Amino acid sequence: MKFRAKIVDAACLNHFTRVSNMIAKLAKTCTLRISPEKLNFILCDRLVGGGVSMWCELEQENFFSEFQMEGVSAENNAIYLELTSENLSRALKTAQNARTLKIKLTNKHFPCLTVSVELLSMSTSSRIVTHDIPLKVIPRKLWKDFQQPSVPDADVSIYLPVLKTLKSVVEKMKNISNHLVIEANLNGELNLKIETDLVCVTTHFKDLGNPPLASDDASRDRDPAEMAEVHVDIRKLLQFLAGQQVNPTRALCNLVSSRMVHLDLLHEDVCLQYFIPALS
Amino acid sequence: MKSFLSIFRSLVMLEKTVEKCCISLNDRSSCLVVQLHCKYGVRKTHNLSFQDCECLQAVFNPASCPHVLRAPARILGEAVLPFPPALAEVTLGIGRGRRVILRSYQEEEAGAQVPPVPGPTDSTVKAMMTEMSIGEEDFQQLQAPEGIAITFCLKEFRGLLSFAESANLPVSIHFDAPGRPAIFTLEDSLLDGHFVLATLLELDPHSQDLGSSQLHRPVPQLQGHSTPHQDDFANDDIDSYMIAMETTVSSEGLRVLPSVTLTPGPQRHCGPGPHSEEEDNDEAEPGPVPGTPPPKKFRSMFFGSILDPIHSPQGPSPVLAEDSDGEG
Repeated sequence: MKFRAKIVDAACLNHFTRVSNMIAKLAKTCTLRISPEKLNFILCDRLVGGGVSMWCELEQENFFSEFQMEGVSAENNAIYLELTSENLSRALKTAQNARTLKIKLTNKHFPCLTVSVELLSMSTSSRIVTHDIPLKVIPRKLWKDFQQPSVPDADVSIYLPVLKTLKSVVEKMKNISNHLVIEANLNGELNLKIETDLVCVTTHFKDLGNPPLASDDASRDRDPAEMAEVHVDIRKLLQFLAGQQVNPTRALCNLVSSRMVHLDLLHEDVCLQYFIPALS
Repeated sequence: MKSFLSIFRSLVMLEKTVEKCCISLNDRSSCLVVQLHCKYGVRKTHNLSFQDCECLQAVFNPASCPHVLRAPARILGEAVLPFPPALAEVTLGIGRGRRVILRSYQEEEAGAQVPPVPGPTDSTVKAMMTEMSIGEEDFQQLQAPEGIAITFCLKEFRGLLSFAESANLPVSIHFDAPGRPAIFTLEDSLLDGHFVLATLLELDPHSQDLGSSQLHRPVPQLQGHSTPHQDDFANDDIDSYMIAMETTVSSEGLRVLPSVTLTPGPQRHCGPGPHSEEEDNDEAEPGPVPGTPPPKKFRSMFFGSILDPIHSPQGPSPVLAEDSDGEG
């Protein structure tokens, strides 16, 4: 198993750092899947039951000037690693003024992802910072748990409002109750509802727009004003929103009534999917 | 110090309003009096009560350290930036190609093997290891052989670096073999600072090794039976031990005493340089504090006692270090 990659472009490095910061906010421990064309950050909380899942994918050639990997075997040409996300984002943080960044899989007493940064230095000598991030190699028999989640047939698909606004609304609602109702319809309306014995608060977002329906989509027969609703734990939604530092290129919310909220984001060329199960 | 510092808390305000500052001692009421003479006739008087205490003098001599490194504080300040704020200790050493290396130090759990036995959930819980490598050219002076490495408290190091950076002074690090104290000095026309930090006495040949990829020579090893420092705290008489308890910053005064017996695993050996042979007084000594775990945090400076219990005060004790009394 081998992996070596290098980033020399400052913009790519910043983008990669931002992705890593976002992942660190979304999942404490995550799985990194390395394949010849892609890098994936995966969180699969099925075991816990009622947990969120995350799937983030990026095309390696958009970031790395050099990328070599050799998976477990020729037929299974992938590497699955489990690491603490914060370690990667912390390591990348030191690369802010870097000339080059190299990442490779090493074995220093235990398997590590070694991030080596050559810093720009005022003086003649270069400065090199190396971080060894400990990780766990996931054996092939467990790979099936980390496959791309199937995108469910949503009852309603709607574009999200500006995430910063959404976050501040959700933050305030969290003070009232942990039980949030998200509902949306095909008329571009999204409502967030919180209800307690004393008070009921609803925030209405209008004119959000819905993505075009596929021709064979079951939702075609749906009354556009009819709301699909999902009850979720507000903290899970808030954690997701807290990870979005930059406004995405595209943000979609798919609701499967009473089952799940599927958030589909595109940050330039990095796609992020986040699944929040409904409260049982 | 907190009370003293609170007088000077707002530098901006001080610069604007204070014309003169008088510091005096009022013996009668045991107060240190700090008077700020401000604009418009305003006078602020602060009375800080004090207690007489034993004057303990640290005994050390930078000149006796064979190795020295000097660099502007800014270089060293930048060098410690990549390390996590919570990291307790760092290893400083010279690697291949005369590069200065700083590496995070992780204490091995007692009984852990190197390489550790891989477990299903172990690896990700281990901490990240960070290493910073700086070229020789960034240093004003580098007099140390390749392969030497010492481990000391990063928090204290960061503290003294932030002071040095604010005063824009170069920092000199005088050190010896691991286990011997490292002396960090700052000098300018107004002040002279010496910070003495303990370094880890490494019994395990691999732990302080800065990595085979960097060094071509392992860290010189201290023999397991090397003579423990005679000026070690545990050897000193009970008076100085009690005094240390009062002057130690941390409340865990007892834990600051390292046991003399060399326990397996890394252990702190704190002692300022060898001083007079009167300190070889283990026979009068109550013995090492039994069951004391090797102190994990070294918070106070170590002082050799100038009291000698065997030849109890019969004449003036030999002065091992001059009182630094207001010059320079």
